[in-house]
Amino acid sequence: MPVDYTPTELMATVASKLLEDGKSVFVGTGLPIIAAMLAQRTHAPRLLIIFEAGGIGPKVPILPVSVGESRTFHLGVAASSMHDVMSLSQQGYVDYGFLGAAMIDMYGNINTTVIGDHDHPTSRLPGSGGANDVGSFSWHTIIIMRQEKRRFVKKIDFLTTPGYLSGPGAREESGLAANTGPYRIITQLGLYGFDEATKRVKLLAIHPGVTVGQIQDNSEFEILMPEVVGTTAPPTVEERRILHEIDPLGVAIGK
Amino acid sequence: MEILAEGHGELVGWHDPDEHRAWVRENKSRDLKDKRMTIAEAVAQFVPDGAVIAMGGFGHIRVSMAGVYEMIRQRKRRLILLGKTGVHDADLLVGAGCVDRMEVAYDFGHELRGLSPASRRAVETGQCQVLAEISNAGHQWRFLAGMMGLPFMPARNMLGTDTLKYSSSKVVRDPFSGKPVCLIPACQPDVVFIHVPRCDMYGNAQIDGTVIEDFELARAARRLIVTTETIIPESEIRRKPWRTAIPFFVVDAVVEVPYGSHPCQMPLLYFFDEEHIAEWLRMSKTPEGAQEYFDKYVFGVEDFTTYLELVGGLRKLDYLKRVEELRAPMVAPWSKKKE
Repeated sequence: MPVDYTPTELMATVASKLLEDGKSVFVGTGLPIIAAMLAQRTHAPRLLIIFEAGGIGPKVPILPVSVGESRTFHLGVAASSMHDVMSLSQQGYVDYGFLGAAMIDMYGNINTTVIGDHDHPTSRLPGSGGANDVGSFSWHTIIIMRQEKRRFVKKIDFLTTPGYLSGPGAREESGLAANTGPYRIITQLGLYGFDEATKRVKLLAIHPGVTVGQIQDNSEFEILMPEVVGTTAPPTVEERRILHEIDPLGVAIGK
Repeated sequence: MEILAEGHGELVGWHDPDEHRAWVRENKSRDLKDKRMTIAEAVAQFVPDGAVIAMGGFGHIRVSMAGVYEMIRQRKRRLILLGKTGVHDADLLVGAGCVDRMEVAYDFGHELRGLSPASRRAVETGQCQVLAEISNAGHQWRFLAGMMGLPFMPARNMLGTDTLKYSSSKVVRDPFSGKPVCLIPACQPDVVFIHVPRCDMYGNAQIDGTVIEDFELARAARRLIVTTETIIPESEIRRKPWRTAIPFFVVDAVVEVPYGSHPCQMPLLYFFDEEHIAEWLRMSKTPEGAQEYFDKYVFGVEDFTTYLELVGGLRKLDYLKRVEELRAPMVAPWSKKKE
């Protein structure tokens, strides 16, 4: 069967399907915005999109360059402030927080700060931005990222954004809000959740054409396996059309 | 209060609340005064070398680029930047050598455009030092505590992470809930630049679109330079006082600079000049290229008006207005081909 979609398009559609109509999502730059916009244009027209600079409930017309630019409050219900949206998040109004990541560990802890030593970095990355806040305040955090052995690692170089920290109970012990934490990870290979008892990354479904072997081969840490491995649905022609309407230049979704 | 954990990042821009009150009493006039001046005068008067500075807006949205260029032109040095979503502003200030220390929430990146070669190079080679890490909400709440005249703001972020370990925050046991809570220290920056669509000659300013962090940042600032697309009569401010985002008495300088956010976005007025930003991202891949950029666009022009001519003049500015109004498509010359 010919494959007529790209891995990036698939990641966007799989991510989009996780978002429910009538719920709220706090989104980061790039693919998270695309997935939320796709959801709003398909199964979740009443999805409440929130941006960190204060854009609330917009109908985003085209992929924004920034989470703070004017497209993020286009036809919105409010254009307020970071203090406003971060406070509302801290209070529990955000169902889904949607992040990218450079590195992740088996508890869903994320690094977006630095590769190598903090004070003498091999590679300096942007830092937390709003990620630590989103990962601390959202009921469910969804992470979308490329999966490689150097990104799915045993020990991340810097713990920027909290996953389940050192395991069950650790978030609450550190003072983070109860019943929050990472919920799903989407990569070009599959869809992951977190094991209820151990809070470790667990495979939920593989993408069409991917093998379970590839899942483990592309991770330094052991990925827990479910009894039944699902398969994700490939993007439809209509979903692909919308994706390229959202990002006509193919900046994040590809050309 | 029991301290459970402590960040070892450097505490930047914090003042004892009573010391700060005394400073405000002495230095911030409550008298309605004409504060109009040129950007050259404002930077010369209010930005000493070594100052702790913050830029309003969002890194490449509603940024006082006129202020950024002028600090570079006047060769300001040893500035400490509060990198609260530093994007194009931070990249230029670090790339030009004005800033050599930062507190980082988000920096070294251009969001969708990818990473920033110049400022990353400065950090990776040790030319610029990261004094502390923090999150966006954390930075925001430093300014909130600052504007409230409080020593700190309690919050439930950064807990359990290296972001906290490298921050200047402390974790204590909350005497009410008994749970650990993060105390984020207040921040009152020495100098803040905020670009607005309109204000009067006293500094009463309106903002269109999201105010981002500027409500708090303006009030926390010790010195505040407002650059504005246009100056309007005081009577227009008073006709709709509920539209005032920044009141005059926190403002120290008012500078009229049409298109003063170029090449960054000014919501509702003009879009990012992606061609110009792409030129910077391309040139700044090497130190020589970055210097060439500054020679051409900062040191090689007399003022902001000459700069606007050089980047394409009215024709370009009209195009950016149409893109902002969704009447023309944007371009993305920096875009790499993806699979």
